[in-house]
Amino acid sequence: MNEVPLNHFLIVSTALFFIGVFGFLSRRNLVTILMSVELILNSVNINFIAFNEYLWPGKMDGLYFTLFIIAIAAAEAAVAIAIIIHLYRHYRSIDAEDTDTLRF
Amino acid sequence: MDSINITPGDTLLVNAYFIVLLPLFSFLVLGFFGKKMPGSSSGWLGTVSLATAAFLACTVALDFFTTDKRYVDSKFSWLEFANGLSIDMGVLLDPISVMMLVVVTFISLMVHLYSLGYMKGEERFSTYYAYLGLFTFSMLGLVLSVNLFQIYIFWELVGVSSFLLIGYYYDRASAIAAAKKAFIVTRFADLGFLIGILVLSNTSGTLDFKTMISTLSDPTSEGLRNAAAGSFLGISALTWGLLLVFMGGAGKSAMFPLHIWLPDAMEGPTPVSALIHAATMVVAGVYLVARLFGIFVMSAPAALEVVAWTGAISSLFAAVIACTQTDIKRVLAYSTMSQIGYMMFALGVSAGSDQPTHGFTAANFHLFTHAMFKALLFLGAGMVIHAVHSNELSAMGGLRKKLPLTHITFLIACLAIAGIPPFAGFFSKEAILHAASETHPAIYWMGIVTAALTAFYMFRLYFGIFWNGKAKLHHDQHNHHDHSGHEGDVFQKTPLVVLAMASIAAGFIPFGHFVTSDGSSLEMHTDVMFSILPVSLSVIGILLAARMYRTPSDLPERMAGFFGSFFLAAKSKFYIDEVYLFITRKILFRLIGAPAAWVDRSIVDGAVNTLGVSAEVGAESISELQSGKIQSYAGWFVAGTLVLIALFIYFIH
Amino acid sequence: MSVSAMFFYGLSAAVLISALLAVTSRNIFRSAIFLLFSLVSIAGIYFWMDYQFIAAVQTIVYVGGIVVLIIFSIFLTQQAGVDLPTPLRGRLFFAALASLCGFLLVTLQLLAHPFRKGAEPAMSKDMKAIGSGLLSTVENGYALPFELMSILLLAAMVGCIVIALKPNTVTE
Repeated sequence: MNEVPLNHFLIVSTALFFIGVFGFLSRRNLVTILMSVELILNSVNINFIAFNEYLWPGKMDGLYFTLFIIAIAAAEAAVAIAIIIHLYRHYRSIDAEDTDTLRF
Repeated sequence: MDSINITPGDTLLVNAYFIVLLPLFSFLVLGFFGKKMPGSSSGWLGTVSLATAAFLACTVALDFFTTDKRYVDSKFSWLEFANGLSIDMGVLLDPISVMMLVVVTFISLMVHLYSLGYMKGEERFSTYYAYLGLFTFSMLGLVLSVNLFQIYIFWELVGVSSFLLIGYYYDRASAIAAAKKAFIVTRFADLGFLIGILVLSNTSGTLDFKTMISTLSDPTSEGLRNAAAGSFLGISALTWGLLLVFMGGAGKSAMFPLHIWLPDAMEGPTPVSALIHAATMVVAGVYLVARLFGIFVMSAPAALEVVAWTGAISSLFAAVIACTQTDIKRVLAYSTMSQIGYMMFALGVSAGSDQPTHGFTAANFHLFTHAMFKALLFLGAGMVIHAVHSNELSAMGGLRKKLPLTHITFLIACLAIAGIPPFAGFFSKEAILHAASETHPAIYWMGIVTAALTAFYMFRLYFGIFWNGKAKLHHDQHNHHDHSGHEGDVFQKTPLVVLAMASIAAGFIPFGHFVTSDGSSLEMHTDVMFSILPVSLSVIGILLAARMYRTPSDLPERMAGFFGSFFLAAKSKFYIDEVYLFITRKILFRLIGAPAAWVDRSIVDGAVNTLGVSAEVGAESISELQSGKIQSYAGWFVAGTLVLIALFIYFIH
Repeated sequence: MSVSAMFFYGLSAAVLISALLAVTSRNIFRSAIFLLFSLVSIAGIYFWMDYQFIAAVQTIVYVGGIVVLIIFSIFLTQQAGVDLPTPLRGRLFFAALASLCGFLLVTLQLLAHPFRKGAEPAMSKDMKAIGSGLLSTVENGYALPFELMSILLLAAMVGCIVIALKPNTVTE
């Protein structure tokens, strides 16, 4: 695997990150927005693992961070879905355009 | 704060502190709880605490004058700004402060007692007594001050309590206007006082009276040389300082041309006029000059000349106006101004005299006797006003049967102020004229004329009130006060009798033994040859008044016509008020106030309003951004982050 | 290019393509499936890098947990087979522009920046080493974050229950 330079990993993760950003900004359904967030988190995970492998192979910090991010992502997904379900009960819709009660 | 440097056994100073603090105590209690006190108990509390203070003052005076003490003081540092720079508080006992102590507590006690009857049934009875307590506390603090700054603090407190008491009937527009006028005019004068304090303390390096006087009256001291050297407009800094301090004194003592507030101050309750605007507060200016007398005499005779001429002019000026006024309280007010002018020029004529203490003693003597008979006159006027429900002379007449006690005591007071022997005013006035004749003949003649006018206008008042036709008592009096038909109760009568006795007896006190400027004992003598002229002039004044006012006649009108426009000018108080109005309205308000108001309205307010409006418009226009939609927020966030990153990478290194 | 490297690029392509489809598909169910593919491909990259434990966790938590959760919530909130509403045109344009600019910005920086390879010998990343590192309290030990994470998970669980169980009587 040494023939693949670090930059390629990083470019992949950057691309994944901005795909997530694109999804987050363009999607209207709250569940798909949540999916975009998961993509963003995963791009960060790839970064961590790649840095750990290439720059500090003698340590495992990147690995642990990845683990924690996965755990946080799980918790976040659970809470987000609870919120989405509650919103759905309330508004009968999970369109992000409809939930604008925080308007001025 | 240092502990107060008195030994426990030093009863003199302990008593002095108590005298000051007792009225304060009564003020605080009445101020906080007075409204809840039943009936007239609040008045009794004030009276009893004042009686205690008066008793203590008498013991202090006895102790002080019978032993050989000439100066005792005690102080503690109150505000310590830096090492060696602090404002002290304390008490200072010397002949004049002890004399003032007795005068203030005595007159205040009389007024407290009198008010028990006079103010009975007033709605804000306890507030009135609280104010009286505040005033007495401030006045006592003033006379016992150990330094110039303490006197200034109490000076302002006295002004505040005077303001409160003039405006006591705050539902009357005229009372409010009078209170404001008194406060503003005296406050304006106090500006000069404050600058004077700064000048004096700067040149002498201290605020303390004792140190300051010894520094500035010692020709060899460095402070005096500095003070005399620095000059402004050709006048030395020391003289400027003293003149500015005198300006404060002139404001408080209603000296020409700062006198305009005093006649209006008569809007307050009559006992208040007796206490504040006749006997005690208005003589604070005299007291101030007397306090700094050592500096005036030794180092700034020019300033003392100014004092003398201000006093003389005020004295004559007020006497002329007093002859024409018809409101009895205003007549008394101008008379007060005239008598204070007497005291002032008595102090002033010491300039250039080889025996300055003559004038000093005479001024303090007159201050003492005047307090007695002027308070008596006001209290008597209060009786009359309660009887007829009017201040106007035209509404009175023939009251000697209705008010026999008032009649007698008022007569005694009139004789005293007219300087008829053997009443008190005779002796003190003789002393003043004597001192004036030694150095300033012109002022002496002005004093003689004033004395004659004084006799005339006082007896004009006397005859106008108690003789002059039949009693014109109101018959609907039952609607007003139930105590107006007869002559008040025992609380009102007692002070009249006591003060009348004091007015007779006070002249026989060997005042020169007690109060002199240099501590020596001065033998006061009455010279028959000298006395003939003033006394006979006074008698002529009395006879003229009797001829004109004892019975109704058209003589007063004929006299008025004889003097023509001069009479009218005097009746209009020589248009001083109008001059002030012209200066304030036409010049200050229009030329300075109006442009300032325009700047305030259109530029200052305009700027603020523009800011407000632009904030409103801006908020209105960007409030769309707060759409409540998370994605638009996130979009702005991402865009902002990217811009920032780009900025930091490519443009900011 | 070796076979190994080709594996990486193939997996990367799978990750990116399925992610792109996941964020653009009009059918939400399909979207979720593409997300699943993308996540599995990422797990594949981890396997390829010899990080078996992470790969396993990725598979179990993401694929087995989160995606299933998302699919459940889709069933709960959406009638299957109904297309998603079209994105707002302006929003779509803005999102594409921002993403593209961001991608270019970061990539330019990446290419301009030479990373130096770490010199130290590689460490074994077997499960035993990971486990003892997680529970160690000395240097490089992660016991405290581990415990914090457990608290976070507990809090998230409680929060989910509280939010989702709110009675339906709340009205506007």
